[in-house]
Amino acid sequence: MARFFKNLGELYKYRVLIQNLVVRELKARYRGTVLGFLWSFFNPLLLMLVYTVVFGFILQPRDPTLGGSPKFYAIFLFCGILPWTWFSSSSLESANVLMIHGNLIKKILFPAEILPIVTVTSNFVHFSLGLPILFLFVPLFGRAYTVYVLFLPVVILVQYVFTLGFCLLISSLTVHFRDIKDLLSNWLTFWFFATPIVYPMTFGTIQSSSWLRAFLNINPMTHIVMGYQNCLFYGTMIRWKKLGVTFLVALVLFVIGYTIFDRLRDSFPEEV
Amino acid sequence: MPAIAVENVSRVYQKYSARHRFQTFKSALVKGDLFRALRADELVTALDGVTFRVEKGQTFGVIGENGSGKSTLLKLVAGIAKPTQGRIRTEGKISALIELGAGFHPEISGRENVYINGIMLGLTKKEISAKFDEIVEFAELEDFIDAPVKTYSSGMYMRLGFAIAINVNPDILLIDEVLAVGDASFVPKCLDRIGDFRRRGKTILFVSHDLSTVDKICDRVAWLKAGRVQVIGEAKRIIDAYLQDVAEKQEKDFEKHRLEAAQEQQWEEGKRENRWGQREIEIRKVSLKSLEGKPKNVYSPDEGMIIEMEVAARSRADDFVFGIGIFNSQGVSCYGTNTYLEDLEPVSIVGEGKVICRIEKLGLINGTYYLDVAVHKRDGYPYDYHRNLYSFLVASNSKDIGISRVGHVWSFSPGIEMRPAGEK
Repeated sequence: MARFFKNLGELYKYRVLIQNLVVRELKARYRGTVLGFLWSFFNPLLLMLVYTVVFGFILQPRDPTLGGSPKFYAIFLFCGILPWTWFSSSSLESANVLMIHGNLIKKILFPAEILPIVTVTSNFVHFSLGLPILFLFVPLFGRAYTVYVLFLPVVILVQYVFTLGFCLLISSLTVHFRDIKDLLSNWLTFWFFATPIVYPMTFGTIQSSSWLRAFLNINPMTHIVMGYQNCLFYGTMIRWKKLGVTFLVALVLFVIGYTIFDRLRDSFPEEV
Repeated sequence: MPAIAVENVSRVYQKYSARHRFQTFKSALVKGDLFRALRADELVTALDGVTFRVEKGQTFGVIGENGSGKSTLLKLVAGIAKPTQGRIRTEGKISALIELGAGFHPEISGRENVYINGIMLGLTKKEISAKFDEIVEFAELEDFIDAPVKTYSSGMYMRLGFAIAINVNPDILLIDEVLAVGDASFVPKCLDRIGDFRRRGKTILFVSHDLSTVDKICDRVAWLKAGRVQVIGEAKRIIDAYLQDVAEKQEKDFEKHRLEAAQEQQWEEGKRENRWGQREIEIRKVSLKSLEGKPKNVYSPDEGMIIEMEVAARSRADDFVFGIGIFNSQGVSCYGTNTYLEDLEPVSIVGEGKVICRIEKLGLINGTYYLDVAVHKRDGYPYDYHRNLYSFLVASNSKDIGISRVGHVWSFSPGIEMRPAGEK
């Protein structure tokens, strides 16, 4: 544990580097595109459009909590898809990140954990760029803001810690088990539908099956996504207890992920 | 307290095939051998019990063949890899020139890369801003600094990488063979910078195959052989010992090569392309020896050589000339002579005998040489002519050019001052 905190202290010294690498990552991502940074707005917007057409107009959910309007459903979807995209792109990218930047690990004295941290953080920046779109559409599509929107940073913090822990674990294990990359993309599809993103937790089928409810409840992403939905869609208080437990789980995952990463660190230069 | 103290350091790597089993879940799960200890035959020892110290302000060279563990050693000192056994202590800020521009991102500009690379190497933003112009000027990239790095040539890439790394201003500089790719004007500039560094009393660990540079800039040198320190000491002495060892190895390789070539040669001999004449007088065997009389194929330029021919005359003859010719690998004649040219009148030859040509000092430059030997009449009628059938190697540390080394000494009038390169 002492080593864990020492590592965290080391990381603090590298904050300028992390900051610069995130900026570099963002600059490099849109270099050569015509729209540049605007893609950070357009990507989630287009995604929302597709989901709204398919689920809102074609499938027409009749769940009363969604107000029966495709416009409401679009907002509901967006509350879940935006944070999910942050989580899933971070995980997929971090599965590769140590191999892609193998040069740094092999040739420069460089704390490798910076790489997944940069991945999660630059995806967080994308997420933040998508948030204004969401903020804009909430009143535009006829939902009112409540004071509970102020709890949004708490939800974001929980997700940040959870995502970071998961990505540290994934990135270090993938160095030894390349299979994880393929496993992960399938697992994330399953995970997406095992999280109440396209359907609300209040859906009749879920409420009537205790087995399904229990299953969804053990998924930490359920509580994180519901946090966003509470703040922005329902305009109600976040569920302190469930989100608190999720935060503890996120912290434990972070400690485990970082410890495993630290254990495997010495093998990186020769394995990546 | 020395700047670098390496104490009994070993580093063991897993062989790739052994490592492979870690790579898939399947094998780890199915065989359950994830945590099995590795057998000795699955390991490669890159370094074995290496111990040395580098005092502050010293320039310490590491030489050795490919695969002797030089780069591994440098990575351990840099802290990039950890030793399997032993301990490495360093005092002060380290900058490692292991691969120049290793952290560059191709899509962003040179300017941005200078900042990020500088921060990676331990500079602050302010320090980089202060040194920015100097870095760009040194790299000669004033016109290209805002272009994406992917548009750079490999030379530009390297120059920028070197310029950043050298400006980190470390206490200890680790250099691994990075100067090998520079062009003729950039390398001296780099060496100049390294010289500056030495004058300011900084410590350098220098790994290179370029022995003349090692000789020039290093105070002490360690010679690594198969992961062990063979010997440590004053640069000149160690380099000589190393060269001696390399020459011995070359000798062995050469011998092997010659045995392999011998069969081909027989076939060629059948074609009589490289040997002609009626052999009224025959050259039966040619051997190359050192002046002490030991068979030898690899020589230093200052060494002498004995060419010994075993000859036999079918019947008594009184018109015969013995000759030799030395050619380099491009087929240029470096030297040729014969007994007739040197005013030796043949009187008689009967039966078997030996002809010995003693060369006191070869005076040739680096390279492979081929030998012609012949016995013929004064008018040129060949008895037995061997064309390029024998070869030897000259191995030299010096980089002089031409077809032979003309003996010489430099001296200067008092107004002109020179000193041997690398001396402080």
